[in-house]
Amino acid sequence: MDGVPPIDQMTYEQAFTELESIVAALETNQKPLEEAMALFERGQALAQHCAALLDRAELKVQLLTGGQGEPSNLFFGEEKGSADQVDLEEG
Amino acid sequence: MDPFPFYQLPCISVSDLTHYLRQLLESDDLLQEIWVEGEISNFSRPPSGHVYFTLKDAGASLRCVIWRNTVLRIKADLKDGVAIQAHGSVSLYEAGGQYQLYIDQVRSAGEGLLFLEFLRLKTRLEAEGLFDPGRKRPVPTCPQRIGLVTSPSGAALQDMLNTIRRRFPLAEVILSPTLVQGDEAPAAIAEAILRVNRIARPDVILVARGGGSIEDLWAFNDERVAYAIVASAAPVITGIGHETDFTIADFVADLRAPTPTAAAELATPDRADLLTNVRELASSLSHGFAATVDRYRWELNERQHRLRLYSPLGQIRGYRQRLDELSHASAQTMLHCLDLSRSRLEGAQSHLGALNPLAILQRGYALVTRSADGRIVRSASQVQPGERVQVRLADGTLGAEVVEATDGG
Repeated sequence: MDGVPPIDQMTYEQAFTELESIVAALETNQKPLEEAMALFERGQALAQHCAALLDRAELKVQLLTGGQGEPSNLFFGEEKGSADQVDLEEG
Repeated sequence: MDPFPFYQLPCISVSDLTHYLRQLLESDDLLQEIWVEGEISNFSRPPSGHVYFTLKDAGASLRCVIWRNTVLRIKADLKDGVAIQAHGSVSLYEAGGQYQLYIDQVRSAGEGLLFLEFLRLKTRLEAEGLFDPGRKRPVPTCPQRIGLVTSPSGAALQDMLNTIRRRFPLAEVILSPTLVQGDEAPAAIAEAILRVNRIARPDVILVARGGGSIEDLWAFNDERVAYAIVASAAPVITGIGHETDFTIADFVADLRAPTPTAAAELATPDRADLLTNVRELASSLSHGFAATVDRYRWELNERQHRLRLYSPLGQIRGYRQRLDELSHASAQTMLHCLDLSRSRLEGAQSHLGALNPLAILQRGYALVTRSADGRIVRSASQVQPGERVQVRLADGTLGAEVVEATDGG
């Protein structure tokens, strides 16, 4: 496989999908013991990553500048200015 | 003037004629559900609460009635000089000999015009295939990046952010701000959709605005917005106004939600559900691995067991067990033989006992033997008087001398 990212950089969907295929492999195929152990460990790491992603509380909000209708009073979080306000520019 | 003086046309009462005319009007389908436009005049609202006015235009006038309960529901401004479109049915007020429009809905003429334009554009775009279900794209289940096209100062934005934060905070939100009403809004909305696609490449875009009148939402009926949605690389979910508001943008969208909050819900999975899925998978993972280990362990045990059986020690044990079995078997056989012999012995003994000649002595017979040679005397002729004999009884012996011997028993 090419370009498989390290687990902690995977998106939720990537990690969950791989976890599903590992479980299927362990349940149906007769894997050699060493391979089964390796799969099990990777599966655990993937599950932990998914759970960590879901535990995240902060919503990251970014603003596209250059558009119309920007008022002076802009806030995204539950308190004013609490979330990231990274401005994305064109180009 | 009667052409036939002998055939009279029927002469009916005013009531009958009026009733006939009423039935005529009420049986016409067109007249039972109709929109009529005109200008209000002679507006009156007596204490009963019912509303009476005349709708007129250059050529004619029409008496109208709105019952009190319906009046309460009507939002439009009703007074002399106002141009309206009224919906209802035509009938006849018999007592007054008056045909009237009984109104159940009213919209301002301006609204009516807008609605016509809406229908015109809807028909055109539908013919162009913009509303085809086949061109609608599926919305991703776990979007990494969500684009929001809405007013930065509206409640719709806050509602959507709160919903996304609650359900799926691992997504990234990109706000592409825009005007959402007014003449410049359609171009701004279209541009905002284009920009967010180009710069941020989101997985899904929510186009939203809070509730309002048909004029307030009018920007979302503009064809520029429709074409921008069609051209959007990311699928678009619209959440415009309230549940009952439908704009052109809603028809063109890949998915329509009744409100901005609902749009955010459709775009995101609930992380509580996702967490349950992960836990279940992790559990299956453990069980699957444990099952694999158990299987290997069982195979190992089985091999070890067989190994023990075929080892020298194992063989000795086998022999020992065989020996035990054999000894036990032979002991059993011996006991059985002994029993048989014993019974045969007992049988022979009693048989022998029965044949014992000395048993007869118990019955009172005596055995006589000649003392001289010990021979048994069976006959009287075998002895002479004076010979000594032994008389054997059951419990003893008598020494006797023959006194006389007589033949015959």
